[in-house]
Amino acid sequence: MSVGTYSLPALPYAYDALEPSISAQIMELHHSKHHQTYVTNLNNAIKTYASAVSSNDIAGQIALQAAIKFNGGGHINHSLFWENLSPASSPDADPSSAPLLIAEINKVWGSLDGFKAAFTKTLLGLQGSGWGWLVKDAQGLRIVSTKDQDPIVGGEVPIFGVDMWEHAYYLQYLNGKAAYVENIWKVINWKTAETRFQGGAADAFKVLKASI
Amino acid sequence: MSALFRTAPALRAGLRASAAKPIAAMASTTFVRGKATLPDLAYDYGALEPYINGTIMELHHSKHHQTYVNGLNSAVEAIEEAKAKNDLATAAAQAPLLNFHGGGHINHTLFWENLAPNGKGGGGEPEGKLLTAINEDFGSFDALKKQTNAALAGIQGSGWAWLVKDKTSGTLGVVTRLNQDPVTGNLEPLLGIDAWEHAYYLQYQNRKAEYFSAIWEVVNWGTVAKRFEK
Repeated sequence: MSVGTYSLPALPYAYDALEPSISAQIMELHHSKHHQTYVTNLNNAIKTYASAVSSNDIAGQIALQAAIKFNGGGHINHSLFWENLSPASSPDADPSSAPLLIAEINKVWGSLDGFKAAFTKTLLGLQGSGWGWLVKDAQGLRIVSTKDQDPIVGGEVPIFGVDMWEHAYYLQYLNGKAAYVENIWKVINWKTAETRFQGGAADAFKVLKASI
Repeated sequence: MSALFRTAPALRAGLRASAAKPIAAMASTTFVRGKATLPDLAYDYGALEPYINGTIMELHHSKHHQTYVNGLNSAVEAIEEAKAKNDLATAAAQAPLLNFHGGGHINHTLFWENLAPNGKGGGGEPEGKLLTAINEDFGSFDALKKQTNAALAGIQGSGWAWLVKDKTSGTLGVVTRLNQDPVTGNLEPLLGIDAWEHAYYLQYQNRKAEYFSAIWEVVNWGTVAKRFEK
């Protein structure tokens, strides 16, 4: 069985482009070290998995599932995350570039501020490492949190995610994670969010397919 | 739970017999009039350098541990208020917060005590009965370190690795716990190593393997031996 090899996608902006919300040092480590490690370990896991499949080693395949979920999830989550961030100076960082999504947010949470408050509460309530996501499913928009690197792969469309692992903010914000969450709103890419809102789950994963 | 045990049957027997201890029964945690308080460190913030720097220690103790203490007190208070109103559903809803913050308080309290400045109680090798048990259950002290470091590296997210003693068999083992889940039941925690990113990130960033190999230089084997012989 031949398998594809995943590679680290390039950022759509420079490491320092999200300052002062997220420092260049964080972005560089987060992308070139943390995300790269998920990609490397995912490739190792699926290579070993492929040989377990070809040798009919079902026990070996099952033993690799946690590593594939963790590292594959890490690759998916970070790929989506980079794309749903934008320099604050760009028009993409303005909620007005997501008119349809904002209209739906207003319906569900009353206002953008009401939504932000609910999303913030979810992010700050995470116990340990994980992510917060705005997702769309058959019922409409929802806020969900996921632990560690569990990805959103149950058919929901990930609109945008916020990384709450300590490595995403600690060098700049230390234990002040509320300030990180407050500042990340300035660099959300609402244009990407609008595009994902209008598409299906498969569309959101196009960026991943491009990095094989 | 992921466990790395040489004598897995004894562990499983132990887990079947497990009974969680109430948090207040932990001897080493400090309470004032029923409230949890932040314990003082037995050494200065800079005393574990160069293995753990002073900034990490200060934030870790005065900010992170303090937040768990506050969260634990809030959860206990909310449970007592709910209990007074006979509102058991609200009391039960505090369980995740009680486990998280209570576990955070217990884990960090044990952690500070099982560390010491290198050459002043920290580092070196275990001795006496503890060393004999380590050699019996792991093969050697080096094998224990290797097994613990592999367990630490394998944690997917935030968590801890612990050297534990099975209370029934007396056997040593290495276990990991997610987030702030405390070691409870039939396992006695002897040595805890914090694998949350806040424990090392300011100094080691993504190079967590370097932190895991450095921390052995500040392990307080005297504390570990006392816990083992208790």
